[in-house]
Amino acid sequence: MSTKKIGKQTYQPDNPPVLISTGTVVGPFEGQGPLKDYFDHIYTDLTAGERSFEAAEKEMLLNACFTCLNKANVTPQDVDFFLAGDLLNQTISSGFSALELRIPYLGIYGACSTSAEGLCLATMLVDGGFASYVLAATSSHNASAERQYRYPTEYGFHRKPQVQWTVTGAGAALVTPDGEGPRITRFTVGKVHDLGIKDPLNLGAAMAPAAADTIVRHFADTGHGPDYFDLIVTGDLGKFGYQLTVKMAESNGGFDLTKNYKDCGLILYDTGTQDVHAGGSGCASSAVVTYGYLYKKMMEGELKRILLVATGALHSPVSCYQGNGIPGIAHAVCIEMI
Amino acid sequence: MEWQTYIFAFLVGGAITMLGQLILDFTNFTPGHVLSGFVVAGGILSGLGLYEKLIEFAGAGATMPISSFGNALVQGAISEAERSGVIGVLTGMFELTSTGITAAIVFGFLIAVIFNPKG
Amino acid sequence: MARDPKKKPLTVDQKRYTEMVRDLVPRPPYLRNAALAYLFGGLVAVIGQFFTDIYKITLNMSDKDAGNPAVATMIFIGALLTGLGVFDKIARYAGAGLAVPVTGFANSVTASALEFKKEGLVFGVGSKMFMLAGSVITFGVVTAFFVGLIYALFVF
Repeated sequence: MSTKKIGKQTYQPDNPPVLISTGTVVGPFEGQGPLKDYFDHIYTDLTAGERSFEAAEKEMLLNACFTCLNKANVTPQDVDFFLAGDLLNQTISSGFSALELRIPYLGIYGACSTSAEGLCLATMLVDGGFASYVLAATSSHNASAERQYRYPTEYGFHRKPQVQWTVTGAGAALVTPDGEGPRITRFTVGKVHDLGIKDPLNLGAAMAPAAADTIVRHFADTGHGPDYFDLIVTGDLGKFGYQLTVKMAESNGGFDLTKNYKDCGLILYDTGTQDVHAGGSGCASSAVVTYGYLYKKMMEGELKRILLVATGALHSPVSCYQGNGIPGIAHAVCIEMI
Repeated sequence: MEWQTYIFAFLVGGAITMLGQLILDFTNFTPGHVLSGFVVAGGILSGLGLYEKLIEFAGAGATMPISSFGNALVQGAISEAERSGVIGVLTGMFELTSTGITAAIVFGFLIAVIFNPKG
Repeated sequence: MARDPKKKPLTVDQKRYTEMVRDLVPRPPYLRNAALAYLFGGLVAVIGQFFTDIYKITLNMSDKDAGNPAVATMIFIGALLTGLGVFDKIARYAGAGLAVPVTGFANSVTASALEFKKEGLVFGVGSKMFMLAGSVITFGVVTAFFVGLIYALFVF
């Protein structure tokens, strides 16, 4: 009999765990965006001095993790669990990072919703008395993702307006039972949805139904509407996914998201000067914006309550060729300064 | 160097590529579909005797697009079939196209060895 | 009932949603794309004609024969621009203008070879080279086989 469940898919820890520290790193393109001062490290080269893009992604993930731990004066030996996932086949960035961190590792996969998935699981582990320190991290890399999911990076093709740009970066967060920092007070675990989008170049539209459903579910379960929060952010729906989510939250739940809802993929870049088409995407989109920019804003007192809704597309490089649609998922995490 | 050929090359070459662009924009077909379709179309037009005529008229306007691969493959197959019958279809096919494919493999390989992807 | 999964009909919700998406997502700039494709495609043809004429004169070849080195030259240019990281930047505007001519073929082969270099020469460059361009060769050869067969059996 679950004592922490409220409503249908939402959970409330008895002792909301704290995010005592975060670490964020980004690639050169992201480092030119409006949030550049909020990241711990900006790489000047996509290869990060490594021999392949995949190795570079692992390097970035490790950097984010060590930065996060160092800031809190915690060594890897003190950490109970390392929860991480990324976009690459077999989540090798995370696996190889775990190899070097030497922390007991639970690999997770939620595509671009991995950041929120990690926070949900970390909350359960900490509030459940299983851990004193949980490191939740995720990464994505433009070149390694393009190479696996789409086309070779030097291939010349027209990008349609709804195509998004995979964010290069990594974000890590340290979750503990006590300490100074924003707390995870409630989280909603999403269900998978597929509303018929088969185009892997239109992921914003593929994920929007899941985002809208999880957001509406969170409001319904908790009784807190959009006004409860200073800011609601989705991970990487992009320009069109954003508009679709606003529409569906209105039509499916009667909620008005137009006042305080933004998308991480759109605030990470200067969409006027940086050509990212519909906006940023990838696991790092939600992670670096939340753990870098939003975290600092909360510590400075400018934001008190945010709802992070990270969204993921659960297709594979071949599933679309086999005629399948693109299943989407979204998890919501309520983070408050209390 | 006749000015006429250059003008027709521009007109025909542009028209063929524009057709490809329109298909890409108006349908769900990918570049792979379009290019494969063009090669097949080139082959069929070649079999009907029309592609060689197009080359005489438009020069590079017809040899540059990928459809000319289809033409070259068919012309090679046909000319050898004329000489040796059905078996000629197999032996003669790459006679004329070998330049293009060899060039692509060799240059592609060398460039890949020398350069690195920039991302 | 054995039905092709590709043809599974959309549910009512899915139909409604896909229509909503279709109305929201902007159309590509048709006119601009077509015009640029025409321009670049025509330009590639003109450059190709130029090389054909050069080879005709310097190598003393017929019109037809000179087409071969011209094609090889354009392929070399496509491969080089790909290696320099410039091809995809131009192709963003040119679209089919660069993709439909043999330059596009060269780009797809070179880009694939380049991308998988990290997996080594055999597993990477060697085997992944025709990832994108392979279907062009396959369909070309199969078409030519059937056309040739028709000629061999019914014409000659």
